[in-house]
Amino acid sequence: MLDDPKPTKLVEIDNLKMHFPIHTGLFRRHTGDVKAVDGVSFDIFEGETLGLVGESGCGKSTCGRAALRLYDITDGSILIDGDQIGDMSQKDLRTKRPTMQMVFQDPQASLNPRMTVQAIIQEPLDEHTSLSASEKREKVLELMDQVGLNRKFAGRYPHAFSGGQRQRIGIARALALNPKFIVCDEPIAALDVSIQAQVVNLLEDLQKEFGLTYLFISHDLSMVRHIATRVAVMYLGKIVELAPREALYAEPLHPYTKALLSAVPEPDPDLHDTMERTILTGDVPSPANPPKGCNFCTRCPAVMDICKQQEPDYREVLPGRYVACHHYNEVQTAADSTAASEASDQQSLSNTKNDQIN
Amino acid sequence: MPNGAQPVLDVQGLKTVFKIRGGEVHAVNDVSFDLRPGELLGVVGESGSGKSVTMMSLLGLLPTPPADVRGGTVTFQGQDLLKVDAETLRGVRGGKIGFVFQDPMTSLNPVYNVGMQIMEPLRKHMGMNKKQAAVRAKELLELVGIPDAERRLKDYPHQFSGGMRQRVMIAIALACDPQVLVADEPTTALDVTIQAQILELMKDLQERLGMAVIWITHDLGVVAGIADRVLVMYGGQIVEQAPTRELFRDPQHPYTRALLKTVPRVTGDREERLAIIEGQPPILGEHPSACPFRDRCDVALELCAKQNPPRYDVGNGHDAACFYDARTGGPRDA
Repeated sequence: MLDDPKPTKLVEIDNLKMHFPIHTGLFRRHTGDVKAVDGVSFDIFEGETLGLVGESGCGKSTCGRAALRLYDITDGSILIDGDQIGDMSQKDLRTKRPTMQMVFQDPQASLNPRMTVQAIIQEPLDEHTSLSASEKREKVLELMDQVGLNRKFAGRYPHAFSGGQRQRIGIARALALNPKFIVCDEPIAALDVSIQAQVVNLLEDLQKEFGLTYLFISHDLSMVRHIATRVAVMYLGKIVELAPREALYAEPLHPYTKALLSAVPEPDPDLHDTMERTILTGDVPSPANPPKGCNFCTRCPAVMDICKQQEPDYREVLPGRYVACHHYNEVQTAADSTAASEASDQQSLSNTKNDQIN
Repeated sequence: MPNGAQPVLDVQGLKTVFKIRGGEVHAVNDVSFDLRPGELLGVVGESGSGKSVTMMSLLGLLPTPPADVRGGTVTFQGQDLLKVDAETLRGVRGGKIGFVFQDPMTSLNPVYNVGMQIMEPLRKHMGMNKKQAAVRAKELLELVGIPDAERRLKDYPHQFSGGMRQRVMIAIALACDPQVLVADEPTTALDVTIQAQILELMKDLQERLGMAVIWITHDLGVVAGIADRVLVMYGGQIVEQAPTRELFRDPQHPYTRALLKTVPRVTGDREERLAIIEGQPPILGEHPSACPFRDRCDVALELCAKQNPPRYDVGNGHDAACFYDARTGGPRDA
């Protein structure tokens, strides 16, 4: 069921840009921009989970926050549930907030230590509904049941809860206004392994029960494989590949996705011996000063001349599979015709790359 | 893995207690293990399992009070590190035993350039003069794969990226040719592609320099890729010990088995639903007189609530602290 996304698009993001200005010098002149998110486009279908993965600093969190207009975006369009919120005024945005909510990474920092659990979960109800005090109290207790928190603890403060339980409080708060769309920004990164699975299962149960749509931001590729319907891979402010889960993990197309997947240590010693690894050299370039051409050209094991000149287009190369890489260009020049023809046959492409690496 | 050789480090019955208001926390309880020459020993556990505290107590790195190392012996080069005076211990730490900590930003001093920080142990422990130390520092940076080493010596920690900082930390730890390197979650704060670089580097260095390494991590995947032998810790105790392949092929303790099932993978079949371990890790408030995992265990016996299971030898250099025998599916015969 999950592999077959429903045709209705709940979220449509087109060419989203979020640049943070850099001011330097005595007069704080505007001398450059950190291009945290630089032209990102994707859709999220109703009821699905879009996984957004990438390394730290690639802009995935900024992208999630910008998608909810927690920042004033630099450019682009954001359609959520039929409304254009990219340029909406704060006043109109406020009426839209109940449909879109967020679960944050650090449950310690995102819960006010001076508020009780009751008050924390009730706050959205205070802001957006006109329920009576007793109705609100009942709703909060109901939410606590739904996320697996004991009703008896409603009067306690966040410090009395463990990390996993705190994350449940954050989830209950996000659910309070019956949202359609929730951005989960690394919701399990701060939790222990044995607790992560509990929270992920809870998110899945809630999704089924309330028909929620998630944007699940994470650096954990194995957890994203579990929870996501489709996966987008970000690198240096851009999406380099977007594909249905199975296709992406079975046969990654972009060289960065390949390297990323091969870098994940699997809990299986035999696999470590047999697996072909692509170890990337160097570090991610600064988003204030991205390289010319393809953003990945400085670390790409399969880099070509054209990659250093021209930025690759983000295009659909197979049904439902989007890649931004010159290896998958249909337009062939004499120089890279070999690479491009191999691109149609992924197996041979990956072989070529392995040869180049070895 | 060399077997039967004299261990480099031998820890027996280590106990560490933290005094807190209104009680004690038994963070490390009767931990025994040895480290053989040239091996890489992985220590796996969740936060609060006592893996870091174990390593810090055996080197006297814990502030006392609140910490109190109650008992046990730590034999290193014929000396009991828990009994030697502070001066001797200082000579061992950073000299014969090197350290790499989790967060390279907080463990490097931001106001000194990295050259100074690499030279410090060289001058303290090896008695080198400034010139000799500078030459050696450059060699060390080259050893850990930092390009343009000579110029980079003058740079400050904030001028390095996370992965490069961790390389600097490794260079400092290796400065005095340690026999033992203790690495406490050295790749946890790093991205996967950078982690892969550091793991590769460590394996290479260990082969070249022949030192023994203790690698603390919560990531079973990292252990599978790098360790020769694994200790699994839970609730301040070692619950299972085995050579890496043996552990992943045939885990004996219910905790290890549950943990392996709860971790999703990027290859192979995808689970429709993740297996979970119910409940929370224990709060180690009282002296452990029962199995710490019993409340979350799916095969707990009556005995588990009465007695703390000893580590039973199950063959192939593998032991597990559990009264339940996973191979027969029933209680173990005494």
